[in-house]
Parts: sequence; structure tokens; C-alpha cells
Amino acid sequence: MERSMDRGTNLAIENAKALGLSTVWDRYEAQLPQCGFGETGLCCRNCMQGPCRISPFEDGPQRGVCGADADVMVARGLMRAVAAGTASHGGHAKHMAHTLLMVAKGQTGDYRITDTEKLKAVAERIGVEVNGASIEDIARGVALKALEEFSEKDSPLIWAGTTITQGRIERFSKLGVIPTGIDSVVSESMHRSTYGVDADPVNLLLGTIKCALADYASCHLATDLADILFGTPSPVKTAANLGVLKTEAVNIALHGHNPLLSEMIVQAAGSDDLKIMAREAGASEGINLVGVCCTGNEVMMRHGIPMATSSVSQESILLTGALDAIVVDYQCIMPALSSIAECLHTEIITTMPIAKISGAMHIEFDEAHALEKAREIIKAGIEAFKKRDPSRVKIPDISSPAVVGFSAEAIINALSTINSEDPLKPLIDNIVEGNIYGVCLFAGCNTVKIPQDRNYIAMIKELAKRNVLILATGCASGAFARHGFMSPEAVDGYAGEGLKTILKAIGESAGLGGPLPLVLHMGSCVDNTRAADVAVAIANKLGTDIDRLPVVASAPEPVTEKALAIGTWAVAAGLPTHVGVVPPVTGSRTVTEVLTSSVKELLGGWFIVEPDPMKAVEALYQALTERRKALGLKL
Amino acid sequence: MDQVFVRPERCMGCRSCEIACAVQHSKDKTLLSAIMQSPSPQKRLFVEWADGLKMPVLCRHCEDAPCMNACISGCLYRDEKGFIRRRKERCIGCWSCIMACPFGVIVRDRHKRIAVKCDRCHKLDVPACVNACPTKALILVDVDKIPGDRRKSVLLSINNGEA
Repeated sequence: MERSMDRGTNLAIENAKALGLSTVWDRYEAQLPQCGFGETGLCCRNCMQGPCRISPFEDGPQRGVCGADADVMVARGLMRAVAAGTASHGGHAKHMAHTLLMVAKGQTGDYRITDTEKLKAVAERIGVEVNGASIEDIARGVALKALEEFSEKDSPLIWAGTTITQGRIERFSKLGVIPTGIDSVVSESMHRSTYGVDADPVNLLLGTIKCALADYASCHLATDLADILFGTPSPVKTAANLGVLKTEAVNIALHGHNPLLSEMIVQAAGSDDLKIMAREAGASEGINLVGVCCTGNEVMMRHGIPMATSSVSQESILLTGALDAIVVDYQCIMPALSSIAECLHTEIITTMPIAKISGAMHIEFDEAHALEKAREIIKAGIEAFKKRDPSRVKIPDISSPAVVGFSAEAIINALSTINSEDPLKPLIDNIVEGNIYGVCLFAGCNTVKIPQDRNYIAMIKELAKRNVLILATGCASGAFARHGFMSPEAVDGYAGEGLKTILKAIGESAGLGGPLPLVLHMGSCVDNTRAADVAVAIANKLGTDIDRLPVVASAPEPVTEKALAIGTWAVAAGLPTHVGVVPPVTGSRTVTEVLTSSVKELLGGWFIVEPDPMKAVEALYQALTERRKALGLKL
Repeated sequence: MDQVFVRPERCMGCRSCEIACAVQHSKDKTLLSAIMQSPSPQKRLFVEWADGLKMPVLCRHCEDAPCMNACISGCLYRDEKGFIRRRKERCIGCWSCIMACPFGVIVRDRHKRIAVKCDRCHKLDVPACVNACPTKALILVDVDKIPGDRRKSVLLSINNGEA
């Protein structure tokens, strides 16, 4: 099977072969065939009377030792995966909240409130007094409210309740799935899926939705606080792919998720003494920061720092032989990095007490002395540069231009240059008239199970041709950016006539000197709620709910438990949601049926499981058509 | 004669058969001791994958066994039950058997430098791999009963209007 559609990645894979190193694709092949019980969700290790397996065939055991059948086993497994995803976003969000509180209390001099407007807007939304209060007081109020979200309260999560439509709130209340604490619902999910607790598959699925709504709240919280601390993104020009590495610079990659770390490194890399130190070490072009995965998205959209590669191909950046250090925090960091680095000069630098990798250098991050730690990390990169073997440097001369950083606020700003009184009107009018047939949010990862980017490329070409407005986050953004779809130039090549007209009109009116890019980059994977915010604003303006809007979502190459959590809340939000890899639920007819069909009656959204990208396009387009029909819009 | 048959449509690729095989060929024949044993015991059947099809590939103990015919040192022989087995001390590591086996199920012992192959768990009534298979993708069947069963199923399918 072809490994990647990205020429940069493929060249790096060739380098790996020449060096005798294995990559994620080799390790996947060594795993084949993968266990069918795991693939279908029919194994359970939740107690020590197991492990149990349920046979998909009639002549084998149909129940585990405790009596759990296929439906219960699969539903429990899914709930645990969504809980793990929620715990990840929750951990990220909580980290931001603690830091915001430190800023408010003056306990760190390195962070500050960058976007006071957003701070006030969030404060007002969640009920923190703004009038007459100092910025520090408001920040303290917001941080404390944020931290309260994690324990069990007697009221719904504010970051969910104040950011969704009234219609959603009513549906969720009716189903009894409104979470009252992020950590508490993760804990509840672990409890109810353990030995001898919840054994009703439908009740388990409702609990899973409740957990996913806490994931939504975590994501929204993380995005809000990131914008408050580091600024709300607005469009910026950058580039993507391995060609952004420089032979004559100390190349340092920022990989992982939380901007708390990467922002400090960006700041430190700008200091003159470190630049001089890099030049003195022999790097005539100084320090060159590049991004990987979602940290890459965070620094790309706020500082225009180029994106070197996405998560699945993270090893490829080391295989260029030109990477001096890769700094990581948490999530999606392959332990394989340290074994690749053993054969190269690259320093792997872990920073979080909860995420160490054996063989890596550990420089523990400390928010009270963040800048100092960031300087230490950069110095380690400069030291590693001195050990670089120039004969091994093979940087593929491949990079694509991109315009990124379309936060909800940036989109509204761009639209308000057309209609300042009513910014959403031009967007809604164009949807009504059919210039924009619908909106598709692409999210999620790249996976070894699909040639990297194949589904993204096939789907965007077809959807853009059919005038579907494309939004992207996470590694979906990476895929589109690396292949040039995030550039204004891609509009002429791929957009249908209606979409082309509107992208040009908004881009020119907003002073971008050309059309908006074909794909609007909305941030990292934690930032999916930015897209939800736009959908909620449109639904509220029209006095309707999200499950009636011609909006769909797709994770065509998903990997993580976080992706399952996001996918579940997208369905709960009312979106038809495509996944391009079959999740481990097919062992249960009930669970599969509920998720792909009957959930539609309850919430309006449903999962479309379709590995074939062209069939997925048809299914999503059909969903858009049905919704346009129901709203009486032009077809 | 009993043969191990594979029903690929039932194989989940869980590799339980591979683990059971290695354990059966370990010193103490328990999973716990087998994973602690050094050097590790070796499996003698292989779960393979191609184009979505998963199945274990294992020694057929062929009637006209190419491996035995190729063995120049008299190591491989057919025992009283009809299984192709090794007289380990006679193996000289020429690997003729590996070259001759059409199924690719004879491999090298990484430490002893001799050939390793399935011995059909000759001391057990049911081989370890068959015993371990959770979906009965591996079954022990009497070869002589197969044609008769097939003939009956043809009649049944005609009766049900399937043929």
C-alpha cells in the first residue's frame, strides 16, 4: 500500500530506508494482521475474571464471564475511549486555567493577558462582573470559574451551557445528558463502565454523549483561554511542508498541543542573545522554529510560524537530518521519536511531568519561570546543532504557501467589511442562494491505515467543486496546508463558480488582496468549537437549531480517542459526521445502529462510517441536500 | 486421518494460535513461564494477512512431503501417526527443507541453528493452536469424512433452492 500522498513524507521515508530506520508505516506492517476482536470492540479487560472475548459467530461465546453481551462490551469500550479523549482536552484546558489564575495573581511575569476584549467577552458570557473591575480581577474571576468546571457542580457546565443553542440545551436536558463537571463526568464514565455497573447499551451511549459534551466544554474553555493569553488568531501568511526547514539555521520543532509551552519558545527565540549564540555556533540564519501537529497549528495561526508536518509523519522531520531539537508537551507524540533520534543528532526534549519518554532529554516546564525554561530549551537545540552531520542533511525542497488563522472572530471581522451592521447576513444570503451549498468542517488526524492525506485531497476537490465551504482544524489543517489547499491560489483551481465568487468578494473586501483561501483554517484540534461558534451564531440568528443547518463534519483519517470524543459531540450538536476509519464498535449491532441511524431521531446528527472518500462525499452532499430541501433553499 | 483445517472466513487475526503454539513449545508450557524464558520459545504457525484476508498458515504434514524429501541428513521423518517431525540432533542447518516447503512454514531456530517446524503437538489429542482458537477458524477434522460431508451439503443446498 502507498504510504503517503505527501512527497515530503515519501522522501523522508526513503531517507529512513537508507538509514535502516523503521517508521510508523513499518511498525504498522509488522502489526498486521491486527486482532479482529479489538477491531470490532469485542474484547474486554475491565476485570480480572477476563480477558473476555465475544465471538462474532453463533457457535462461540456470546457473553463475557460477567454476562456482558456484545452490545454492553462495545458500549463500555466506546465510553472509555470518549472519557480518555475528554480527559486529554480537560487536562489541556485545566493547564490553561491554572496559568490564567497565576497571571491574575501576579505569580508569573512571563504570561500576560493579550486579548482583553476576548477576556471581557468571555467574562460577560459566563457571568463574571466586568464593570469597574480591573483586568486582573476579571482574569481571576474567569480562571476561578474555569477551574470550577472540573469538579462536580450542582449546575450545568457553563462553557457548554452558554455557548450552544437553546434548542440543544432542551434536547440535552430531555435526554438527561447535561454534564455538571468535566473531571467528574470522566470519573463517572470510568465508574459506570467498570465491572458490574451500567449494562444497558443505550444508557451507556447516553452517558457517552454526556461525557462528549464535557469534552466540548473543555475544548471551548481551552480555546477561550488560549485566545485571552496569547491573542485571538487573525489571518496570517505562512508555509507548510518539510521544505520550511533551513540548512543554515538551528531548526527547532514545536510538537504537541498546548500553546503555554510553544508561545514561550517563540518569545525566547526572538531574543537577540540567543540569535547571536546560534550564529556563533555556525548557523548563519539563526534560529528557525517550525511546527508539528496541533502545537504547529497554534503557533502557525498566531505567529505565522511554518508547519513542517502533521502527526502521523512526525518522524519525517527528524529524518531530514536537519532537525536539531524537537520540543514536546503532550498528546500525539510518538515514543518512536527517541529511537529515531538515537541514530541522529536531534535532541528530543520532553517538558511535562506527566509525559516523559525514555531516551529523551527532560527539561521540566514551569509556568512561574516559563521564559527561562524556554531559553534553556533553545540552548539545548543550539548545542545539538553543533553535532549535526551536514552529509546527512536532506531537506526536501517542498513547501506550499498558506493563509491561516480564521478564528470565528476573524471570520466575522472579514464578513463585517461587507456588512458591518449585520456581518452574518452575507454568509447566510449566499447559503440561501446556493453560492455556498453548505459547510463542511474537516477535523481529525492522519492514519497509517489510509495513505496519508488521500481522503482529504479526494474529498476537498469534490466538495469545493460542488460549492461547499471548507473549514479545517488539527491535522486536517496540516494536510490541506501541505498540499496547497490553504492558499488563495487554490480557489481558482478547485472552487465551484458560486464558492469562487463569494471567497473572492469577502477576501477583497477584507483587504486580503485576493480571495479567501479555499480552506479556512480554524486552528488546532482543540479549536473545533470555533467552527461550532459560527454554526451556533447562524442558528441563533435564524431562530433555528444546528441540526437543521446545511453543515456537516468529517474526520476522514481519524486516530485518537480525542477524535472519538469530538466526533460524538459533533453528532450531539446535530451534525452529520463522517469518519473514514471504522471505529471499534461494529461487534455490536445495537451500538452501530444507534450511532449511524437512530441517534438522528434524538439529536439530529449521526455518524457516517465510510472509508471510501468519494462515497463519503456523496453521503455528506446528500445530507446537505436533505437539509437544504427541508429549509426550502435553492437546490 | 485427522488434519488441522483453516476456515479463513472465521479468522479474527487475534494470534491466539501463535501464542498457544509458542507456549506449547516452551519449557514449562505455561504462558507466564514462556514469556520469562530466554531465549523465547518459537511459534510454528503464522497468522498472515493480504488484501483484507487473515488466516493462519501452518504445516500440512503433506503425504508426499517436499521438506522430508529434501532433507539430506535424515532429520525429518514421518512418525507412526503420520506427522512430519524432526530428529533434532541430525539437523545440520542446510535449510533445504525451508527451500522446499511450499507453505513457508519451516523456519530457523534463531539460537540452535536448526530447522523448526510444527510437530502437530504429537503428545496432545488436540493441537494447542486448535484448542486456542476462539472462533473455531482452526478445526481438527477427519480428512476421510470431508468428501462425504461435502456431498451431503450439495444435496442440502439443492433442497434449499440455493443451487
